Amino acid sequence: MEKFTQHTGVGVPLRRSNVDTDQIIPAVYLKRVTRTGFEDGLFAAWRGDETFVLNNPAFASGSVLVAGPDFGTGSSREHAVWALMDYGFRVVLSSRFADIFRGNSGKAGLLAAQLRQEDIELLWKLLENEPGMQITVDLEQRTVTAGEHVFGFQVDDYIRWRLLEGLDDISLTLRHADDITNFEAARPSWKPTTQTA
Amino acid sequence: MGSTLAQKVWEQHVVRRADGEPDLLYIDLHLIHEVTSPQAFDGLRLAGRSIRRPDLTVATEDHNVPTTPGPISDPVSRTQVDTLRTNCAEFGVRLFPMGDAEQGIVHIIGPQLGLTQPGMTVVCGDSHTSTHGAFGALSFGIGTSEVEHVLATQTLPLNPFKTMAINIDGELPDGVTSKDIILAVIAKIGTGGGQGYVLEYRGSAVRNMSMEARMTMCNMSIEAGARAGMVAPDQTTFDYLKGREHAPTGADWDAAVEAWSQLQTDDDAVFDEEVHLDASRLTPFVTWGTNPGQGLPLSANVPDPEEFSGENEKAAAQRAIDYMGLTPGTPLRDITVDTVFLGSCTNGRIEDLRAAAEVIKGRKVADGVRMLVVPGSAKVRLQAESEGLDRVFADAGAEWRLAGCSMCLGMNPDQLAVGERSASTSNRNFEGRQGKGGRTHLVSPLVAAATAVRGTLSSPADLTPSA
Repeated sequence: MEKFTQHTGVGVPLRRSNVDTDQIIPAVYLKRVTRTGFEDGLFAAWRGDETFVLNNPAFASGSVLVAGPDFGTGSSREHAVWALMDYGFRVVLSSRFADIFRGNSGKAGLLAAQLRQEDIELLWKLLENEPGMQITVDLEQRTVTAGEHVFGFQVDDYIRWRLLEGLDDISLTLRHADDITNFEAARPSWKPTTQTA
Repeated sequence: MGSTLAQKVWEQHVVRRADGEPDLLYIDLHLIHEVTSPQAFDGLRLAGRSIRRPDLTVATEDHNVPTTPGPISDPVSRTQVDTLRTNCAEFGVRLFPMGDAEQGIVHIIGPQLGLTQPGMTVVCGDSHTSTHGAFGALSFGIGTSEVEHVLATQTLPLNPFKTMAINIDGELPDGVTSKDIILAVIAKIGTGGGQGYVLEYRGSAVRNMSMEARMTMCNMSIEAGARAGMVAPDQTTFDYLKGREHAPTGADWDAAVEAWSQLQTDDDAVFDEEVHLDASRLTPFVTWGTNPGQGLPLSANVPDPEEFSGENEKAAAQRAIDYMGLTPGTPLRDITVDTVFLGSCTNGRIEDLRAAAEVIKGRKVADGVRMLVVPGSAKVRLQAESEGLDRVFADAGAEWRLAGCSMCLGMNPDQLAVGERSASTSNRNFEGRQGKGGRTHLVSPLVAAATAVRGTLSSPADLTPSA
């Protein structure tokens, strides 16, 4: 995974709450067996609407999504994170993320940063008044800077550390392979296996 | 202070605990399907890794499969299913392919095989993995990176969840099901109300439920934002499991039941949050909007966005009503539907089909309404056919299909057209979920059947007695 320390890019105001992962990428776009190429499915149903924010040329190159509360609810599809990243997003800001989406983001290298809703609303206003405005997100300092405004954000300490270091979870866990083996030796023998009985 | 059920199961699976790090949790059962696994297998291949415990892993084909006989016609869907077959063969994972007697929706087949047992940790790259919590298992959906992590290590690094008790006491009135309960719970706590929590469903109404009714309720825990929902195991659980293919036998059974019987929340345990619901006051519940929290009793009217507090809430309600093509003040019972979908991991089990068949028997699906009946698994379909339920549905004018996820998410050809409206026993009424531009009302199997007959959202009580 690529290291994430600081990112500056165009902020995109998405004034919607409860953006579920079916909206981020509808199921019909989930059929690829590769990890890339999902950008065409991003917000597919909304992209046909010319008033949709990403259809405004000033926002089309956006990389910091500023979304309403309860972002990423619903289906566990990690394709939602991949679609955002394939399009060019590196950061999503919201006052509340669904658990699975936040976890998936941390694994794939997308920063899901939690701000206060009042800060999100202020960011929306700033971005709408000045389309194309750049926002800087600093993971080390846990700050979002937009013009003269600086906001703090929350992110899980462990996810932050992994993003800053660019560490892969599986290699971290495999350092403890002996612990796993010891645990397995103590499991009750009546626990089921999937093999034919 | 005592522990909750969720905390007990968690503690029994901690492989490693260290300051400042998530707990490393052991996974007892990993379920796989074709949509969220290909990139995980690819990751293993790239890193030269194998599956640590193929014997704790099982796969099925469900999301893409057609529900009419014949091969998959969409080449992209077919590639995804073929990729699963290649991956399972290469890595030694047992697979139930299309046409196999055990094939079906991943959350239907785990319990059916007796693989889902109390006190286990169960994961799957699918958010409705919460279903298995009905057995007192800690089970939750994961993303594809986590699928790869479980394949490689049989563990997951996780931060502990908070716990929320959902206390449901009283006797459910006739015609009211666990689907109505869970829709009412989600409407009460909201689609984000369960975030960070494991829900434990408790109380006399839950004790009196069958395993299948408990599964329906746990299934939709994710729609309240909760990763998992659980019910403490009891005699109903043990009776359901006994004799199933992968359930313990002989002395192992006795040892297992003794261990399972400990899996109760202690009397002095404290939940982080508690919610109370009086089951005796519930009526059939349906959704009017575009998330599962936007639901009301069937007897209510389409709400007026102006009645919502806060600008964002008003705007969200208005948006939902516009998308759904509804007018505030319209009685929900007057809403006409084009399609009725009976099936999914929420309500595609034999009891669901029996309940709907009982309502529709001797009646006809209304003119202009299409009703799809999609059993949750091949076994459910065979059982239903042995009871003659397929004839009941076919005689009424409904389509009797093969097992799969089908119109719940429309990855196969079973989709709504633009502007089409469904009453659906599935779990999500998101914009476009059942087909681009499609409009979904979530309902129980009883409401689905009555709606098919009347052509408008209805409960069995609205039907005139059948001949």
